[in-house]
Amino acid sequence: MAGSSRLTSVSDWLRPQQNRMIVLLVLAGVAMLIPLVVNNYVLEVLTNAWFYTILCLGLNIVVGYAGLLDLGYAAFFAVGAYTTGILTSKFGVNFWLTIPVAVSCSMLAGLIIGGPTLRLRSDYLAIVTLGFGEIVRIIARNLDITGGASGLIGIDRPSIFGLELSRGIHFYYVFLLLAILACFVSYRLQNSRLGRAWQYVREDEDAAEAMGIGRVAVKLYAYVIGAMFGGVAGCFFAVKMTAISPETFTFSQSVLILLGVVLGGMGKIPGVIIGAFALVLFPEVFRGLGSMRMLIFGIVMLVIMLYRPEGIWPQKQREM
Amino acid sequence: MSNLDIILQQLANGLILGSFYALVALGYTMVYGIIKLLNFAHGDLYMVGGFVGFLVLSLISGLMGSSWAGILCSMVFSMLAVGLLGVIIQRIAYVPMLRAPRLSILITALAVSMVLSNGVMAITDGEYLAFNTDLGYEGLDLGNVFISYTQLVLVVSASLLMIILYLFVHKTLYGKAMRAIAIDQDACRLMGINVNRIIALTFFIGSSLAAAAGVMAGVYYGSLHFFMGFVIGLKAFTAAVIGGIGSIPGAMLGGLVLGLLEAFGTQIPFIGSEWKDVFSFGLLILLLIFKPTGLLGKTEIERM
Repeated sequence: MAGSSRLTSVSDWLRPQQNRMIVLLVLAGVAMLIPLVVNNYVLEVLTNAWFYTILCLGLNIVVGYAGLLDLGYAAFFAVGAYTTGILTSKFGVNFWLTIPVAVSCSMLAGLIIGGPTLRLRSDYLAIVTLGFGEIVRIIARNLDITGGASGLIGIDRPSIFGLELSRGIHFYYVFLLLAILACFVSYRLQNSRLGRAWQYVREDEDAAEAMGIGRVAVKLYAYVIGAMFGGVAGCFFAVKMTAISPETFTFSQSVLILLGVVLGGMGKIPGVIIGAFALVLFPEVFRGLGSMRMLIFGIVMLVIMLYRPEGIWPQKQREM
Repeated sequence: MSNLDIILQQLANGLILGSFYALVALGYTMVYGIIKLLNFAHGDLYMVGGFVGFLVLSLISGLMGSSWAGILCSMVFSMLAVGLLGVIIQRIAYVPMLRAPRLSILITALAVSMVLSNGVMAITDGEYLAFNTDLGYEGLDLGNVFISYTQLVLVVSASLLMIILYLFVHKTLYGKAMRAIAIDQDACRLMGINVNRIIALTFFIGSSLAAAAGVMAGVYYGSLHFFMGFVIGLKAFTAAVIGGIGSIPGAMLGGLVLGLLEAFGTQIPFIGSEWKDVFSFGLLILLLIFKPTGLLGKTEIERM
């Protein structure tokens, strides 16, 4: 009895916008200060977790908001990473200038693949995106400019205001800032006119169209914005690793990102962040599992879909 | 080699590749036709089929040898076992999801595929397994064109399986029920057809055909790997779409067309075999954009 009343009081307390802001600020403060107290290994893992947060939030726009299954999301991430990698290492372009190019390229890729296929049934879309992801990876493996199977090496580290971003802590903050930005953009999109249109299309495509929502255009927005997130993450991934290879962008990578979205509950920002962290932390905590990792992920995904399709932290139904 | 020889040789290669694709594509198309589910795990059933066949063959090779008698025996066993596995998967994973949104069932199918492929990976440590048989390398030597007896037997047995399937679907009562369910499930229920049992039967047949293809591919290529189901799953889906998804003759035709296209595609100058997959996936994408109903498919009118 006492427990339940305390629980309601916590959720009551969380309801006003002001109190939520307090929680968010505390969490942001913890995320900002954590590198000061942890060792390099933990820092690396956390950086990776923020990186996956960006990717998962990007895919969440496609899968969670618009309800489209994209099985080739790693392709957008690859386009971003390779554009930056090629421009900096082969043409000596400044890293910061490559970002708009890389983002445009991945958005263009989203447009090319999404434009014609979004008219199709959703399961066809899934297989087309899967094929597209494989095509991008095979092209990267077979072209000279992408460095073939061994990939690109020696991508320069960027510098900002004379500070070269080279240490782990620098990239922690870079990815943290990007993740916060991604959260902010996702949050603003969720409740925007476009966000509501996505939700409508997801729940009932025909009714949405009857209400005057351009079905294909709305889906295409989701696709291109999702691609943009992947492109940005790819740019920074390339300079963080200084080397990229086609095997980073396999089908399993796309599935992993999708798992992050499904795990936490499709469409819900805190859920997706939790999902991304679970994705990265789980194999680190259970080191002994080794090759069983993907098997366990598969079983977890199956169990979630069968018994709790709304994820660990489901989205509250918005009252209309 | 003259041009004609190259054409004949690629024709032979394309036919054998195409018959594997056709066998796997049949399962996709049957399941899709009956419950509108894109079964991502289907390619993995092919892979599991290959491994079960390998296991049985190594167990019985002392008794029956690893020549055709042994291979046939292990293929039949593998077909039964994987067919059963398909039914179990359908019962556990798909039946509860049939009323769920399409996105959920697709993700469920993906999860099943992950469990199967990574389960086999955990068992085999991700190693390649050599599928050793006692089949020789003799064959028909037609001038510059060489077709081994193994290839010949595989193509003939694949065609036999397809003919049996065609007769089953078109001449028996169960086949009639299957075709009826594809048209209208609720009406079938009213007519006293046990819909769930027929769906399970469809899964059984589709999965066992994939297993047969898996064993044949193991015999043909001589090796097995846990990831081999992924690419063939995608290719077989392409084949099913080429022929028109949901159509059984379409899947057979699509498989052969894709196999031949791939075999001849590698002969086009500047397109080496490393681009083979790009070629067929690109074809899939173009096809879905311009002619999603495929060669033999019917235009589908979606009901609201």
